[in-house]
Amino acid sequence: MPLLHAAIVTAPIDLTALIARAQDAGVGAVSVFLGTVRDLNDGRPVTGIDYEAYEGMAVRELAAVAVEVCDTTPGLRVALEHRIGTLGVGDVSVAIVTAHAHRAQACDGSRAIIEALKQRVPVWKREHYVDGDRVWIDPTRGQKGGAGANPASNPVLPPITQGSE
Amino acid sequence: MSIPVLLFASYADAFGTRELPVPVEAPCQVQTLIDLLRVMPGGDRLPPRVLVAVNQRLVDASTLVHPGDEVALIPPVAGG
Repeated sequence: MPLLHAAIVTAPIDLTALIARAQDAGVGAVSVFLGTVRDLNDGRPVTGIDYEAYEGMAVRELAAVAVEVCDTTPGLRVALEHRIGTLGVGDVSVAIVTAHAHRAQACDGSRAIIEALKQRVPVWKREHYVDGDRVWIDPTRGQKGGAGANPASNPVLPPITQGSE
Repeated sequence: MSIPVLLFASYADAFGTRELPVPVEAPCQVQTLIDLLRVMPGGDRLPPRVLVAVNQRLVDASTLVHPGDEVALIPPVAGG
């Protein structure tokens, strides 16, 4: 299970250091996924986002997600961090570095990790809007049964496929 | 006695605190905690379905909470 590093951080993510953690002599492809703060959501101009985490559980779930993808992708090496606190437009909120001998596994592993992360890791965000309003984002709003994406009921990761993106 | 319950994000806003002591004898079922939270000030803002973590793992409503367990309500996650 080559999970090299999983952390919740408050300072800006050091991407160079994160890549170095995943690098290895046997690696031929490094994929970097960055989640960044967008200036528009559902038609509303966004000026920033507060990220909050249940830190102990979030680190545990970040690691679990990465390990599960590594288990289905032999040879994958992963280092990832999620930043919390108040971020401005363009700031990096999450960084996932996946490294593998070959590009398909590196790219597909990255996609699988971010999709599972968004389903399971206890991190929340409150968007700030131009008009001063601030709203906690609920991705389950409007779904049957009310709020509550259930991480435990969504353990199935997207399939790892070869070069299908 | 009481069991402290950790609150985050919209749930912390609803109850006006990040840690709420729920007056109940332990051990008790998670469902009992949820029922008590719903009638506390701010509890009416909880959704119909509430996720609970005990010792940083999601559990179902029949799980028993023991003294010293770390209990947290988990709002719908929105990381990334």
